[in-house]
Amino acid sequence: MRILVCVKRVPAPGSRINITDDALTVDTAHLGFTTSPHEECAVEEAAQLVEEHGGSVCVLTVGPAEAEEQLRYAASVGANEFVLVPNESGHDWDPQRTSHVISEAITQLEAGGERFDLILFGNESADSGGYQVGIRVAVTLGRAVVNGIKGIEIQDTTVTASREVDGGNEVYSVPLPAVLGVKEGINLPRYPTMKGRLASKKAEISSTSIDSSAGPQEKVRLHQPEEKISETEILGNGPDAAVKVVDLLDELGVL
Amino acid sequence: MPGIYVLVEHDRGEISPATFEALTAARNLAQRLTEEVVAVFIGVFDSDFNAVCTEYGISEGVVLASPLITDYGPELWGEALSQLSQERTPRIVMSVGTDKGNEVIAHASARLGSPFIANCIEVHRDSDWTITRMQWGGSLLEDVRVDTEQIFLSYAHHSVEPETAALSSDANIQIVELELDSLLTRTLVQERAAQAEGATLSTASVVVSGGRGVGSADAFAPLEELADLLAGKVGCSRAVTNNGWRSHADQVGQTGTRIAPEIYIACGISGAIQHWVGAMASKNILAINIDPEANMVTKAGYAVLGDLHEVVPAIIEEIKRRR
Ligand SMILES: Cc1cc2nc3c(=O)[nH]c(=O)nc-3n(C[C@H](O)[C@H](O)[C@H](O)COP(=O)(O)OP(=O)(O)OC[C@H]3O[C@@H](n4cnc5c(N)ncnc54)[C@H](O)[C@@H]3O)c2cc1C
Repeated sequence: MRILVCVKRVPAPGSRINITDDALTVDTAHLGFTTSPHEECAVEEAAQLVEEHGGSVCVLTVGPAEAEEQLRYAASVGANEFVLVPNESGHDWDPQRTSHVISEAITQLEAGGERFDLILFGNESADSGGYQVGIRVAVTLGRAVVNGIKGIEIQDTTVTASREVDGGNEVYSVPLPAVLGVKEGINLPRYPTMKGRLASKKAEISSTSIDSSAGPQEKVRLHQPEEKISETEILGNGPDAAVKVVDLLDELGVL
Repeated sequence: MPGIYVLVEHDRGEISPATFEALTAARNLAQRLTEEVVAVFIGVFDSDFNAVCTEYGISEGVVLASPLITDYGPELWGEALSQLSQERTPRIVMSVGTDKGNEVIAHASARLGSPFIANCIEVHRDSDWTITRMQWGGSLLEDVRVDTEQIFLSYAHHSVEPETAALSSDANIQIVELELDSLLTRTLVQERAAQAEGATLSTASVVVSGGRGVGSADAFAPLEELADLLAGKVGCSRAVTNNGWRSHADQVGQTGTRIAPEIYIACGISGAIQHWVGAMASKNILAINIDPEANMVTKAGYAVLGDLHEVVPAIIEEIKRRR
């Protein structure tokens, strides 16, 4: 089977997310970058499915040239084919534009080879969190799509996908080709092996430019949410603090 | 006719309490924009729908029915809502920003090629829509402008306090039969598996969490004992799940569970922003950490400075002594 995973490169901030002076992007001057966590799990899931059923994993990202780093990481954990759709604007595209570009890229990739049996997205990207790109792409391609997936099994021509809801799980049985939005927790992503790291250096990355124009949604500015600032009461140092801690638990009525 | 159309989220007729947030938000918005609110129920009519509309001051409701809609299905629900949105051209089509709410609104907007703004906290209309929404699970806010007449959006879950506003007479409910493509039944729920009863991480009144500072899977034993003594649950940071020390079901944070206990006891957790957004709704936070500068310590209401491997057993001893 042929699986496509669409991933996003996102910054990995620590205790605070700083923004640039023009208030349009996260200030990443002192930050590392990573694959958005849901998508990291999607890559792992694809690698496991291919190990079980045979086939290949293609990973696609829309982003700056630096997003090559995330594609190479995917190569180090088992993906085989890599596509970068460049966005050199320095800003994220709006969700409709991103979806359009990905749909076009998929159509081109399928025209040049086999159809993707399964296309995986993250449920939402870690940074902008628009909750829609995978669904828009599926609607454009006329394929079935379910979001929030935490379990995938393939049987011949269908995929059984499950997701957590209040009080249990819902199970879907969807004909292939299908699109799924995956959530962190579906698996525990592997760490790259030494061999994987070496292979990733040699991975060939193809770049596919796609014409697009902005959608009707325009980012005006980013800003910090209001924060309640609280004084921290230090209950003590080391084990001697236990008495005060238990006093507090008593006061709160949880003892 | 336009109006504000609100999706009522339900599971086989049982209306999700999160929907009350959306109904409240829609009512407040309708007052500012001088629009009418219409509640939309997709599937087999249930009298609860009528009762909820009446309780939340929504005088008009629409049931979108089709023999194909026997259960939840993102494509069927999305298509049903998009047909209604196209025909009645409401100004706003919205839901609460739960997984299902966001999913259905995304489907409906995608089918019409319209923008969808997820997890809003403020919505204004002048010549355009100007909206404030959450990024990074709420760690950062984004102001957006949209220049369309009709807009699809969701209100961030937990950003609106539900408020009833009972009507003096019953809501007027209209049933609309739709023609839908049977192909879309491919994404109907096929089966369900129930979870064990009891408190979960998101509903527990005490959560005792461990981070990288705990050091290993085995070293969680004292944290488990403390959680048991307080009838609470054990949580953890992503560093812990990434190391395979605990299952992801225990992870607190942006890509884990959002908790709101009476007290959150965070042991050996630095308090990275993605962890903090999952913990910040806790009523009280106690950080146990060797580093007085750790974000968790400076943001918590209470802290103990010290090695968690000594502090946690001492707390357990003290609780046992008093019982
Ligand atoms: C997009 C994205 C999403 C993310 N989502 C989540 C999420 O949902 N949840 C989450 O938790 N993280 C999330 N993260 C990861 C997050 O950024 C941090 O890396 C993670 O929370 C760190 O875990 P930690 O606090 O356990 O470890 P560290 O940051 O390494 O902190 C360990 C802490 O333990 C203290 N310590 C060490 N030894 C002891 C001791 N013996 N006694 C007491 N204290 C001690 C140290 O002083 C330190 O403060 C996400 C990251 C990204 C990029």
